[in-house]
Amino acid sequence: MEPKFKISHFFIHGDPLILGADVSIGIATVMIIFVLTYFKKWKWLWKEWLTTVDHKKIGIMYVIAALLMLFRGGVDALLMRTQLALPNLKVLLSEHYNEIFTTHGTIMILFMAMPLIFAMMNIVIPLQIGARDVAYPFLNAISFWLFFFGAMLLNLSFVIGGSPNAGWVGYPPLSELQFNPGPGENFYVLAIQISGIGSLATGINFLVTILKMRTKGMRLMDMPLFTWSVLATSILIIAAFPVITVTMLLLFLDRFAGAHFFTMTHGGDPMMYINLFWIWGHPEVYIVILPAFGIFSEVTSVFSKKVTFGYTSMVVSMMLISFYAYFTWVHHFFTMGAGAGVNTFFAVSTMIIAIPTGVKVFNWLLTMYQGRIRLTEPMLWTIAFIPCFAIGGATGVMLSIAPADYQYHNSYFLIAHFHQVLIGGTVFGMFAGLTYWWPKMFGFKLNETLGRWAFWLWNIGFYACFMPQYALGFMGMTRRIYTYGWDMGWAPLNLISSIGAVIMGIAFLFQVWEIAYSVKYGERDTTGDPWDGHTLEWSLPSPAPKYNFAVLPEVHGRDAWWKTKEAKERGDYEEKKQELEPIHYPKNSGIPFILSVFFFIAGFGFTFEWVWMGALGLLGVAICLIVRSFQYDTDYYISVDEIKETEAALRGEV
Amino acid sequence: MKHIESRQASHGSTTSYIIGFVLSILLTILPLWLVVNHVLNRTALIVTIMIMAALQFLIQLLFFMHIRESEKPRYNVLAIILGIVFVITIVGGSAWIMTFNSQVQ
Ligand code: HEM
Ligand SMILES: [Cu+2]
Repeated sequence: MEPKFKISHFFIHGDPLILGADVSIGIATVMIIFVLTYFKKWKWLWKEWLTTVDHKKIGIMYVIAALLMLFRGGVDALLMRTQLALPNLKVLLSEHYNEIFTTHGTIMILFMAMPLIFAMMNIVIPLQIGARDVAYPFLNAISFWLFFFGAMLLNLSFVIGGSPNAGWVGYPPLSELQFNPGPGENFYVLAIQISGIGSLATGINFLVTILKMRTKGMRLMDMPLFTWSVLATSILIIAAFPVITVTMLLLFLDRFAGAHFFTMTHGGDPMMYINLFWIWGHPEVYIVILPAFGIFSEVTSVFSKKVTFGYTSMVVSMMLISFYAYFTWVHHFFTMGAGAGVNTFFAVSTMIIAIPTGVKVFNWLLTMYQGRIRLTEPMLWTIAFIPCFAIGGATGVMLSIAPADYQYHNSYFLIAHFHQVLIGGTVFGMFAGLTYWWPKMFGFKLNETLGRWAFWLWNIGFYACFMPQYALGFMGMTRRIYTYGWDMGWAPLNLISSIGAVIMGIAFLFQVWEIAYSVKYGERDTTGDPWDGHTLEWSLPSPAPKYNFAVLPEVHGRDAWWKTKEAKERGDYEEKKQELEPIHYPKNSGIPFILSVFFFIAGFGFTFEWVWMGALGLLGVAICLIVRSFQYDTDYYISVDEIKETEAALRGEV
Repeated sequence: MKHIESRQASHGSTTSYIIGFVLSILLTILPLWLVVNHVLNRTALIVTIMIMAALQFLIQLLFFMHIRESEKPRYNVLAIILGIVFVITIVGGSAWIMTFNSQVQ
């Protein structure tokens, strides 16, 4: 077969933005290689990070990658907001604008929100349930590297071959070969495919971890609420991700092999794609919000010094949300016109979800009620979340009224709604989680003053950016338009909106500064329990040793660590002297990294429809799998002496 | 530390794996062949494919997921029920949503 894409398609030329990106990527690569070589860090990088199977390190790598992606997605957002700040600007032309909103949406959801969630899961769950690792540490490393290389594949499209431009939803017929012959949409399909395998594996991993690896005495109803939220999320992931995998596969067959699943002719049905996409897409939005709910529950409880109000109702509402989440997907395409019966059913099912969500809001408020509230940074994010999410939820219920949605659909009203729940919910939630568990990850607190600057700027910027967009939606401004005229009367509100975006950009810079400053000057956490926490992760030194618990704890009831501390204060705490035993621990492995590189090669090959390269990549994948199946020597024992030494060093006795 | 590894418990025999493998391949190739060669009329084709899909589902559960072998089947039963509810929702829901297509065409 004559390859469709030649080398001449490879590098995009003529655009100063892309030229700039090419140059800066080149410079950054050279600099990284130089620094690693100069400080002789290659071996360290490989041994400590690239081959690690330790959930805590994998979590940190997720954080770093996700923050980089937040930066990339944020630059996209600022470019768009600059273009829209005033009528008739020419910062981005239409084609470029299409590419930017597509990569912005895809990156923010799949390569920013998802990895931040996975970061929190990885860093916290085993510590919170008293386990030494996740159920499948090796698979966990594979998940991370598949996500990472999936994200790299999509990012590459900016400088090589051209970005996808059919929106983050990639609806056919626009995403089909007929209208999109370039490699852009292939990048989109294959990046989602590769990282999707990793996400599915993460879901399985954490479901098993939570069900099977809880420490002695911890019943399901004793689990911290963040753990519950991750359990609910894992179930959602397992049931939803296979759908997107199949959908993307069918779209790829259309594009690559001339099939007609979603084409307009030969019996294809583009609407089926929309239907399948949202069968995944709606659960996906709950996948990124539920862990945030879990974090808010932890934070309100600790910083009000109270047990969570209505624990059982929190659990039940969480599980109900994760179940209902499968029965609302049509609200994303009411205007497809599937008939009154269908639209009514899905309008009502959508409104029902608001009920358990409302229960949770009241529970958070009642947890804070009469509590001794400490306004730390995590608590600030939580308090800001509540009104923000309430407004976002209310506008969501407005959108769920099917006949009214004919008016709101694809307008800036919708854009404002989903940014409000995604930023006010997921992003604020992850900031709360990051600042809360930061000392556990790195052994020092983040600077509160800089954190407050970032907090206020984010909030001011957020409301300035998105509140005007609700109004713009009512004034008729539709999403995904790249320019407008003075005669529309949209200019003032758009200008305010763009100023808000810039303020959020500045807020992000404050966070970078906050981290950089705290690395050097942040308050060191010597106790392991800087917030006076309630759950098991705070019983460990910060950062925790690689095996987490030298002796697995035994718990009785909820808030185990809080109870232990109280017992110690009362003086009736009897420490059970337990003998240390050698700890069975997985060995590091290079296979997850190498396997994912091969996936990347395969993805890149199929993107350009260079079958030889795709086949080569898949062959590499197969070889990695076979090699791994014949590896028997995959774990070792950490000796009692080594544990003793580590523990003594951690407690400052050396 | 006890990792939950498939290696520790013995699952199935080589023969049962091979039987499952062959059956699942057959159930994949057969529908493709039926479609490519236009062997059946539309309704019969759809029904046949649906039946083969259901069989495929069973084979995966029995031969590869060892649905009968767990000591405590509670989670398994729950998971299967949930799975079936979702499958029915996805397949039935999609069919219902798409009926308007036949009305407008
Ligand atoms: C940080 C501030 C942000 C700003 C200023 C911003 C701005 C924008 C803009 C201007 C658009 C394009 C609207 C259009 O032309 O239709 C957009 C679309 C979108 N944004 Fe954001 N965004 C931000 C953060 C986020 C976050 C955190 C997420 C997700 C977690 C997100 C998800 C999306 C999605 C899914 C789309 C739709 C893309 C499409 O139309 O295919 N955004 N955003
Ligand atoms: Cu939805």
